[in-house]
Amino acid sequence: MESSSSTPQLLWFFAIAACVKLLLIPAYYSTDFEVHRHWLALTHSLPLSNWYADETSPWTLDYPPFFACFERFLSIFAHYIDPQIVDLHNGLNYRANSAIYFLRISVILSDLWLLYGVYRLTKNADVKRRYLIWVLIVWSPALVIVDHLHFQYNGFLLGWLLLSISFLQEGKDLMGGFLFAVLLCFKHLFAVAAPVYFVYLLRHYCWKGLVRGFSRLSVLGAVVVAVFAAAYGPFLYHGQIQQVFNRMFPFGRGLCHAYWAPNFWVFYIILDKVFSFFLKKFGFSIQIPAASFTGGLVGDSSPFAVLPKISPSTTLIMVLLALSPCFIKAWTNPQPRMVARWIAYAYTCGFLFGWHVHEKASLHFVIPLAIVAVQSLEDAKHYFMLSIVSCYSLFPLLYEAQEYPIKVLLLLLHSILMWLGFSTKFTRASAPNTTVTAKKKGAQSKSIESSSPAAEKGGFTIGWVGKSYLLGLLLVEIWGQFLHPYLLGDKFPFVPLMLISTYCAFGIMYSWIWQLRCIISTA
Amino acid sequence: MVVVDSQSPPKFGDYEAQRHWMEITLNLPVLEWYRNSTGNDLSYWGLDYPPLTAYQSYFHGLFLRFFDPDSVSLFTSRGYETYVGKLLMRWTVLSSDTLIFFPAIFYFAFVYHSSCHSSRKNDCAWHIAMLLLNPCLILIDHGHFQYNCISLGLTVAAIAAILSQRELLASCLFTLALSHKQMSVYYAPAFFSHLLGKCLRRKNPIHGVAKLGLTVLGTFTVVWWPYLHSTDALLGVLSRLAPFERGIYEDYVANFWCTSSVIIKWKRLFSVHSLKFISLTATVLTCLPSMVQQVMAPSSRGFLYGLLNSSFAFYLFSFQVHEKSILLPLLPASLLALEERRPFKWLMFYGLFSMFPLLCRDKLVLPYFALHALFMLLYHAPCGHGGRPRNARPNNTKFDYFDSFKTFMNGFIYLSSFILHIVYLTMHPPEKFPYLFEAIIMLICFYQFALLAFYTNVKQWSLLEHSTTEEEKKLI
Repeated sequence: MESSSSTPQLLWFFAIAACVKLLLIPAYYSTDFEVHRHWLALTHSLPLSNWYADETSPWTLDYPPFFACFERFLSIFAHYIDPQIVDLHNGLNYRANSAIYFLRISVILSDLWLLYGVYRLTKNADVKRRYLIWVLIVWSPALVIVDHLHFQYNGFLLGWLLLSISFLQEGKDLMGGFLFAVLLCFKHLFAVAAPVYFVYLLRHYCWKGLVRGFSRLSVLGAVVVAVFAAAYGPFLYHGQIQQVFNRMFPFGRGLCHAYWAPNFWVFYIILDKVFSFFLKKFGFSIQIPAASFTGGLVGDSSPFAVLPKISPSTTLIMVLLALSPCFIKAWTNPQPRMVARWIAYAYTCGFLFGWHVHEKASLHFVIPLAIVAVQSLEDAKHYFMLSIVSCYSLFPLLYEAQEYPIKVLLLLLHSILMWLGFSTKFTRASAPNTTVTAKKKGAQSKSIESSSPAAEKGGFTIGWVGKSYLLGLLLVEIWGQFLHPYLLGDKFPFVPLMLISTYCAFGIMYSWIWQLRCIISTA
Repeated sequence: MVVVDSQSPPKFGDYEAQRHWMEITLNLPVLEWYRNSTGNDLSYWGLDYPPLTAYQSYFHGLFLRFFDPDSVSLFTSRGYETYVGKLLMRWTVLSSDTLIFFPAIFYFAFVYHSSCHSSRKNDCAWHIAMLLLNPCLILIDHGHFQYNCISLGLTVAAIAAILSQRELLASCLFTLALSHKQMSVYYAPAFFSHLLGKCLRRKNPIHGVAKLGLTVLGTFTVVWWPYLHSTDALLGVLSRLAPFERGIYEDYVANFWCTSSVIIKWKRLFSVHSLKFISLTATVLTCLPSMVQQVMAPSSRGFLYGLLNSSFAFYLFSFQVHEKSILLPLLPASLLALEERRPFKWLMFYGLFSMFPLLCRDKLVLPYFALHALFMLLYHAPCGHGGRPRNARPNNTKFDYFDSFKTFMNGFIYLSSFILHIVYLTMHPPEKFPYLFEAIIMLICFYQFALLAFYTNVKQWSLLEHSTTEEEKKLI
């Protein structure tokens, strides 16, 4: 009876978010808008065999087939509203109101799938927890910035992920695995968590004695294979599999995106620059590479002056290494209630150590972590910091001046709501908390350890480290936005962005270490 | 919680007017601002607000000149519309809103909720959300482009000062509001009657009145200083503030004169001079009950009702009222939101509806619907309100039929208003009556406003009976 009364309230949350998103319709959109519009046209006008081969526009299809089918589905409505949207040639860079409204509203409506995922996750939670998770996910400013301003369909994709997690948490492993396989055929980037799924499902679902286990394994395998067959089968039939994979995995791009995602490689690059600077001073001859990180990236050439080159396989090995504690835990003690943590951890590792990571990928672990955030005071504090840092790292996506108040306002409002929500939920938590923040990486070893004894009142508070970090965030922003243009004008235009990346990278590294510690220390 | 709809393109009208005022105030000496001269052609968006607006334009002009001097250079910047210019102008409105209106609202909420013993945190938060997320104000200030937030903010601060018994501060703030926009005079009867009533109850009324009078005069003198050296200068400014030649109504505003002009063609029957007199009398007569009540029994609650009533009186019967003036009754209604939930919702709905044609012309349809929906959603927030009045009064059985009839009529009118929105957007009016839809909207809105005004006046009078019975009880 709790769940029946929660649906109107959930819809209320969604409606409020939808109103805000509607107001943002005329705002900035990036090239991703044209990308998706083109894919609508592509899937509508061309037969299946040409989807991955077409070269009409530089925005070629680089998502797996199910997403292409999703676009095809949308294109039916687009065609009905305004045929020119889906015209392959005349629709190029089409900017009419009909196109903008249609695409924006399609994102808003596809968020209903995210809503369903959230609904399923919070069906059995108590009221306060439920509201809190809704505030964290449905009203997430990062999601609004990426999906509704920059323009992507992450809400829809994360809906699949959340659904899968909800089924796993209920113990319905087969369904969870099925949904994850479907998600992989929508966006292959989610495959970072596939090893975790594999280990967990193997151990939790299939490890039930020889015969039963084996039959379960084969059922699971059959389901996954069926999903992939449904997705890739038609292309196998047309002999286009190689082309599809080429499009989906463009490894010709460099280690870092033009704007560095705040991950581990930021430190690596900076270390390299520091070394090259000092070594040059000491008289060694260092070759400055042609493609410098400061100017945006193309090509495969090693952009590192001193430190060894990083290849895609190196990053893969590092990700797997980082994931190994998680594998061990999932294997030794597969518990449904830890699934969300493990999956979020997997995406965190993928974000930190992956190849050509976009800062938008931070959504992949921030949203699932919201499920975990309401479980304890420590989780809440961690999530509060992480959410703010990851949202802030997305700011450079909206570089136009008129979006500035919007993104600041969204982040501020959400932080206030988070603070209020967490405070009311954790008013009388009196568990002793020892916050150890140790950040160790590369040559920049800056270990700050602070342990605060049990707070007398308990409750949701941020220690002085957290407060100073947030203050630093504010200072970085003030420098980047106001002081830098004022004092230095046009010189070193990349410095503010570098500063944001590096500063946020500290925060994300802290989150990774914290999550790792959490996973290892659970019984 | 102001959502910035700065993406909507500013219209040539008000935007250009404000930009022009910045240009004038920056480049010409103070005395020339209201005078017709070669530098200042009053027929091209001449200044028609009091000096505080001019000072504010000057200040904002400085800001604009720092970033984009071309936008405020004399003569050459007429019609100047670039991306940077528009952005800067929008940010001046946003900053005024944040710096003046928001603190005033918080001050008011602090005073109001600390004095009401039974307020819960939820109620307080809901009230603040209702005040800050006023769709009318957002659409007009940020969409249509005006600076109502400054004068309304000063008024709210004045109201809060009265509620916290700081009358001198209140009169100073209200005088500033008056010096910013002359439309604040809609509230003047309420302030005057309440303060007079308070003074009469003291031991030495003359002393109180004198203090207030001096404060008001002092503030006026400080603000209007440049124009006080000669009657000519003063009259020059005053004549700009009251452009009577524009006629008793313009466009299709939902007030008495415009609505009844469907039947009685006022402009044809009377001259401008006699119409001025008629409208003045009507306004004063309508204000009178609420003023009398406040003089006889001043109270904080009565004061808020008085503000609502006097602004309604002015809106319905005054000379040259704009659709945007519905903001003025809306403000006290939102301050009273916790006590008069349903009337507040109706007023907001119909106030927005009365502005719908104007907003359509400004291409603000999407923000209109989105903000309206957002407002309604927040109004019905699931955290425990639902439209119940805070102090439920026992129902009188003899009004039961009346109540259900009322509900039916209201539902019917809501539905038809909603349908009218769609009709207005999609259909074309017949050739013979090109303004048919505007007229229908105006009729519906006027009917609702008149009903509400009547209701609130009755409420305020009932406070008088309530307070006299309480006094009798005290005496016993």
